[in-house]
Amino acid sequence: MAEEMRIVLRNMGKIDPLNIDDYINAGGYKALEKARQMGQEALIADVRNSGLRGRGGAGFNCGMKWGFSYNVQADQKYVVCNADEGEPGTYKDRTIMENDPQSVLEGMAICGYAIGSNKGYIYCRGEYPYVVDILNKAIAQAKEKGVLGDFDIEVRMGAGAYVCGEESALIESIEGNRGEPRFKPPFPPVIGLWQKPTIVNNVETFANIPVIVEKGGDWYKAIGAEKYPGTKIVTLTGDVNNRTVFEVPTDTTIRQVIYDFGGGIKDGKNFKAVQIGGTSGGFIPESMLDTPIDFDSMSAIGATLGSGAVFVMDETRDIVNVVARIAGFFEHESCGKCSPCREGTKRIHEMMEKLDAGQGSSADLSLLERLGKVMSKACLCGLGQAAPSPVLTTLQNFNGEYQAKLN
Amino acid sequence: MADYKEIINQYKDLPGGIIEAYHALQKEYSFIPEDSIAYAAQVFDLPLAKAYGVATFYSYLKVGERGKNVIRICESAPCHVAGAQDVVNALEKELGIKMGESTADGKFALEFCECVGQCQVTPVITVNSKPYGDVTPEKIPGILGEYK
Repeated sequence: MAEEMRIVLRNMGKIDPLNIDDYINAGGYKALEKARQMGQEALIADVRNSGLRGRGGAGFNCGMKWGFSYNVQADQKYVVCNADEGEPGTYKDRTIMENDPQSVLEGMAICGYAIGSNKGYIYCRGEYPYVVDILNKAIAQAKEKGVLGDFDIEVRMGAGAYVCGEESALIESIEGNRGEPRFKPPFPPVIGLWQKPTIVNNVETFANIPVIVEKGGDWYKAIGAEKYPGTKIVTLTGDVNNRTVFEVPTDTTIRQVIYDFGGGIKDGKNFKAVQIGGTSGGFIPESMLDTPIDFDSMSAIGATLGSGAVFVMDETRDIVNVVARIAGFFEHESCGKCSPCREGTKRIHEMMEKLDAGQGSSADLSLLERLGKVMSKACLCGLGQAAPSPVLTTLQNFNGEYQAKLN
Repeated sequence: MADYKEIINQYKDLPGGIIEAYHALQKEYSFIPEDSIAYAAQVFDLPLAKAYGVATFYSYLKVGERGKNVIRICESAPCHVAGAQDVVNALEKELGIKMGESTADGKFALEFCECVGQCQVTPVITVNSKPYGDVTPEKIPGILGEYK
């Protein structure tokens, strides 16, 4: 039986999230003090050594990213916390912020010290006004205690645009613009918010930082999978007995997540498919369930770890119908800036609806596959590149479902 | 009701503050009054087209009137398989309007939305962003009753 390991959620249920004294008594803000004693370069080197990779889905080495901003000379730099958790099936960042907001603030302040920034923003999705309240209270308490030093944090609220989870779109939104991704390079660590070097990290990434600084990079990299060490918070949804949230080492397998933590399939039914990483993730069949959830193992089977959402479907679910709904999601959320995504998501949705209604032909299937492959290369940002993934992985792993609905 | 100009003015000095100003307008009116966009453009020194462009980009911002209490039904995949359509049917029946419409008395607006991050209790609806989980058609009258 696999066991939970709480690093990010270390204080969940143990402290009052709205009482900073609880956080401090549990050892909070000691890591920030230690970071300041280590010096910027040693701090960045240790975070890099820990092997911590971005928990928002892109999986980039966190310390390396910080190094890019540290190396740029600028009169102002920014630290941005990406709390625009929009991947359907994901509620991990909400869980972190609701249960331990100070750990996120401390992680941001450590990053601020590392790169030489005195200003942080938390971009929290518009769906979570109650989380915005918690964050503002936590920030006020941290300011009153003086624990953040000269590092200032401000909360900005999104307004229901999934694409703003993409870091350059998020930056555009903080600037008060339409949330459309920028052309890259330059990347945000060099030219970001208001044209200044900006580190954008996910909530879960920041919440990992204080523990890593406190216990050291060597300690962290010994946990979980070798190339994607540490833990991952997963959120279980769909046809499982326990629809809930867990934090597990990254070498945990998909099967353990679904059966040990999720308690197996609901109502004694059989497993059909699991989609991991949110609605842009791949659909995984039974034969691949022994794959560990870490970033690279998932990539190797054509899937993603993404945000850590685990959406389980039982034997009664109609895969083509679910994918058609997902295709509708992407048509709605495409920002429209680049044509492969704007047109592609619309055409995929159209074809999926046709197939779902039993009016598709095998020619549609090959067209879908071709369009999906083009989009995954030609779209400007991760949204369009990942949008065809549910279609492509189901065409591959669940082709029989499509064949059964052909006209 | 507060004057929209006063609300917008409070965000005048906030860099990139137009979205925060729009949020504040919606908190007061539940929507962005059409006239206020030209004023926001002036305050934030933007072309009118850009102020409109921002207001219409985000799905949580609504230009022009809608009902006071905004009911949103998540139609993302986890809610979809958990029976969101039954909830949609029940809401439409109870309120006597279709998705995307507001009730004649101005009390309720009915909208689709994507994931609201409460997927441990699918299907989910929100009323003025307050989430209600494990929603069934039977629970609808009780939930709406809180806002009548």
